[in-house]
Amino acid sequence: MSNAEMLIPQVGIVTDIRQDTPDVKTFRVNALEGGKLFEHMPGQCAMVSIPGVGEGMFSITSSPTNREFMEFSIKKCGCLTTFLHQIEVGQKVCVRGPLGKHFPVESEFKGKDLVIIGGGIGIAPVRSVINYCIDNREDYGTIDVVYGARTSKDLVDYREMIEEWSNVPGVNVHITIDIEEEGWDGHVGFVPNYVKELNFSTDKTVVMCGPPIMIKFTLAGLLELGFDKTQVYTTMELRMKCGIGKCGRCNIGDKYVCVDGPVFRFDELDELPDEY
Amino acid sequence: MLKISMENIDKLYAAIKESRDLFLPIESAGQVQFAEYTDDAVVRLDVLKTVKSAKDAFFPQSEDLMEFKVCGKEIDVIPPSGDMKEFVIMGVKACDAKSFEILDRVYLKEPIDSYYALRREKGLVVVQACGRPEESCFCNVFGIDATAPVGDVVTYLVDGTLYWDAQTEKGKELTEKIASVFDNADANDDAKVEASKAETKAIMEKLPFANLDLSRFNGENMMEIFKDERWNELYKACLGCGTCTFVCPTCQCYDIKDYDTGHGIKRFRCWDSCMYSDFTMMAHGNNRNSQMERFRQRFMHKLVYYPSNNEGIYSCVGCGRCVNKCPISMNIVKVIKTMGVTDNE
Repeated sequence: MSNAEMLIPQVGIVTDIRQDTPDVKTFRVNALEGGKLFEHMPGQCAMVSIPGVGEGMFSITSSPTNREFMEFSIKKCGCLTTFLHQIEVGQKVCVRGPLGKHFPVESEFKGKDLVIIGGGIGIAPVRSVINYCIDNREDYGTIDVVYGARTSKDLVDYREMIEEWSNVPGVNVHITIDIEEEGWDGHVGFVPNYVKELNFSTDKTVVMCGPPIMIKFTLAGLLELGFDKTQVYTTMELRMKCGIGKCGRCNIGDKYVCVDGPVFRFDELDELPDEY
Repeated sequence: MLKISMENIDKLYAAIKESRDLFLPIESAGQVQFAEYTDDAVVRLDVLKTVKSAKDAFFPQSEDLMEFKVCGKEIDVIPPSGDMKEFVIMGVKACDAKSFEILDRVYLKEPIDSYYALRREKGLVVVQACGRPEESCFCNVFGIDATAPVGDVVTYLVDGTLYWDAQTEKGKELTEKIASVFDNADANDDAKVEASKAETKAIMEKLPFANLDLSRFNGENMMEIFKDERWNELYKACLGCGTCTFVCPTCQCYDIKDYDTGHGIKRFRCWDSCMYSDFTMMAHGNNRNSQMERFRQRFMHKLVYYPSNNEGIYSCVGCGRCVNKCPISMNIVKVIKTMGVTDNE
């Protein structure tokens, strides 16, 4: 595929908008003729744009096993995302992708027990992995999902976790919020501490995404438990414009996060400058 | 080899113009830049360095990518037409010619940048051997021979005569079309060209930066150079103005932006600089917050990261434009001199 095709977006239509938290909405996008704009793998991203407003890189939060539509969970935090939070169903959007490397769900993850850790909006990219593994249940061992947010209101996709994921045999969902609140009888505490408390056996493969501070302490906790960096995967977020390894923005060391990532194993990150 | 006297050079330009657009080093407002040739243009083949490099020909400073028609919730994408007239860029020196190869390795790598590829396909490069290298030149450090530039046609400007030697099929095809403007060069001319080349080489050897040592940038110590404490000193004078990136023939970073024309939205790309504070700025923060980190990024990319991905080829051609243009006299030469030796040497 040439860059012209890669830089020129397709037009899709927003067919559903769900308010997940006070500042996160999940947008369902279809091709104009129905179905999906393109196929992708868990962890891959797409550039979503509104002409005249801006273009930004977002993880595709829906699983490839969803044959009907594609979803993006987007936190309102900048110019484009604020605009997107104001649109209505029926709005056309420009989308190009799939971009970047995906999680190795077909190779390294196969047959493994998985621990999937998300913090805040960091659940969006890993939700694709969770649903993919659940839909291909026989290919994976037990799946532990650890998800934390500041408050219960900030938990994205909370209903899906409780109503669907927890009911799947071999899938355990562990939810935590940062601070105590009235009416909450679940776990309270930060993700890194919770992960240590859960004391996972060290033969599991870990996927995590969340704010840098959560990643840092969770990784330290996992290493303390005896995990090796080669067992832990993450997905990175850097500013991107082209998404195809040319424009230079997401360059870290000799890697371009948009094409060499965004999915990395922690031992790979060790070889790179810590500019992420 | 063919030749044409500089007295008749307008005939050559006119002959090329018959079938193609022609870009030449042209003087305007006291500056020499590659620009489209017109009858009243002041062509300066004698000037060694245009202010901006020749990369504009293939990677323009600003370039429209596509248009959108937006109406309410509706969006229509209007892709580019893909039409482009064939063009000739003439008077390209060895350093700028080498920069095309360096840019090719980025833009023609899969996925191919078709905007760049189209310009490369339509463009014919007429290179010109350097006659009088300047003090800021150091192309030889990167293995470039200023007297043997690589292009579709090689030219030599010696004693008021332009010698013309087609190299590629593309170059030969053009030469056939415009053959009537040339005379044949003879053995005497060959000797003149060779003498001029020898003279240039002798000058190159004596230039102040001719012996820069790149051996520390050998692809084996990325993190060691990255963590070198001396970046903290080196960067301090940098104003972050980005001038070096804009005059640089190998700087490849770009921005993509939308522009409301009043009749629709144009999406264009334009040169950008990794030295700018908002280059990596995101809603959640900036991964290169300090000018030191941004300064280091530019030079690490040219001397370490790019070579790591491109068989050791550096992303610098020693044109020396940054040496001439930096307002505070910081440049890649100083970086190579400082970082090129280990701290205890």
